[in-house]
Amino acid sequence: MSGVAIVGIGMHRFGRTEGVSGRAQAVHAARRALDDAGLRFSDMQFGFGGSHSAGDADTLVSELGLTGLPFINVANGCATGGSALIAADAAIRSGTHDLGIVIGFDKHPRGAFDTDPADHGIGSWYGETGMMVTTQFFGMKIQRYLHDHGIKPDVLAEVSAKAFRNGARNPMAWRRKEMAAAEIAAAPMISHPLTQYMYCSPAEGAVALVLCRAEDAHHYTDRPVYLAAATFRSRRYGSFEVFSPWLALDRADSPTVEASAAAFAAAGIAPSAVDVAQIQDTESGAELMHMAETGLCAHGEQEELILSGATAIEGRLPINTDGGCLANGEPIGASGLRQVHENVLQLRGDAGEHQVPGNPQVGFTHVYGAPGISACTVLTREEPS
Amino acid sequence: MDPSLLTDTAEGPALLGSRCSDCGAHTFPRQGGCPRCTGADMQDVPLARTGTLWSFTTQGFRPKPPYTGTEAHEPYAVGYVELPGQLLVESRLTEADPDRLEIGMPVELALVPFRDVPDDADGPVHTFAFVRSTP
Ligand SMILES: [Zn+2]
Repeated sequence: MSGVAIVGIGMHRFGRTEGVSGRAQAVHAARRALDDAGLRFSDMQFGFGGSHSAGDADTLVSELGLTGLPFINVANGCATGGSALIAADAAIRSGTHDLGIVIGFDKHPRGAFDTDPADHGIGSWYGETGMMVTTQFFGMKIQRYLHDHGIKPDVLAEVSAKAFRNGARNPMAWRRKEMAAAEIAAAPMISHPLTQYMYCSPAEGAVALVLCRAEDAHHYTDRPVYLAAATFRSRRYGSFEVFSPWLALDRADSPTVEASAAAFAAAGIAPSAVDVAQIQDTESGAELMHMAETGLCAHGEQEELILSGATAIEGRLPINTDGGCLANGEPIGASGLRQVHENVLQLRGDAGEHQVPGNPQVGFTHVYGAPGISACTVLTREEPS
Repeated sequence: MDPSLLTDTAEGPALLGSRCSDCGAHTFPRQGGCPRCTGADMQDVPLARTGTLWSFTTQGFRPKPPYTGTEAHEPYAVGYVELPGQLLVESRLTEADPDRLEIGMPVELALVPFRDVPDDADGPVHTFAFVRSTP
């Protein structure tokens, strides 16, 4: 079995780019990733990619080159990028291919995502009566979490304030203006206890990664980053997920818990060894919950970590160093790969103004989304043994 | 409201769910298969009319379609209500002020109007909700 390395990264800036289609942003990201690895699309032996609402990834070959490669579309909601990465990892690790590309992109209209209860197997009454609203789910989930762990809601504004501080230091971020926690807390309430600036917005953007067999990595770059693990899990009976007209009395862990544990186990690396983490922050409460669900800290420990600055870029557990979803918005198909892109920058030491000090060696990424899925990666500077 | 969601009991209207004959798990609304034990022997069962508030939030803006509530947005709250021995059901709450909602408070089922009444309709369109119960 071969190890897997990331040897090229490319991104189209997140946010809103009027007049540039999601597909064009994907092509831009792909060309940047190929250039970064010193390769051409004709060198790619496979492609995996997807978007939620910007078209089929396999049609990108009409622009990138009709080389006959197997290009497989991936459609897995928020885990689209993570799933594409897992497929690439398996293709290389199994020996099927040596070198290929993954692409995640999206372009969503303004405002909340449209949702049809029928797509989720739920009766029309659920939407008609005003319960099919994702922001409500996040409000109820964090409300219960804060109650269970005795955490004061004030910390939620601090999470957003950190995201915007990091975004201000990241030239690729969408929201680059700092905002005080007091202003975030005083903003219009969307779903109690979460205000307007505690939620990310649907957005646009694209990310591409070129991956190869670990032993070949130095042919393409002098600073490869190794994909030590890539995992994906779906929900168990009793987990608390969006669009649930009912929940079981039995409580089960979120799929995040299993996906993270599996990633750390596969990598042979403990969560305590993580130097930089990108975790799903659809809203500020999600970052707080995911800090513990991923194993990066204990439940209830988050308040002290956040308020003490431990999760800031210069802290001991830097989280969402590029500003996360809160500062970058969420193009569903691209979001998971953005996290990997950011960790590769960090492990290469190329993150510029938002670089984590101290030569980080281990990066972790985590996405979570509907209908109860999570995908994680562990990335390392050193080739895993 | 969708009549398949409700049933009549001696105490008044109740939500209609399913109970798995094999493992006792409940669902709402009714469904044919058990998500807990994967069995397929589900029986109709009225859900408890009283419970406790498990979590809650508010809706600060008028949702997009398919929402059909009143045109002029009236903020409302939603929550999960723990029905003992059965399940947690998601529902609108009659109290919209988060400062007057608390996890663990006792609540009971009510049918409330939630939609503007078309001129040709017989009366207001109702949906289910939970209201703080007075001991
Ligand atoms: Zn059962």
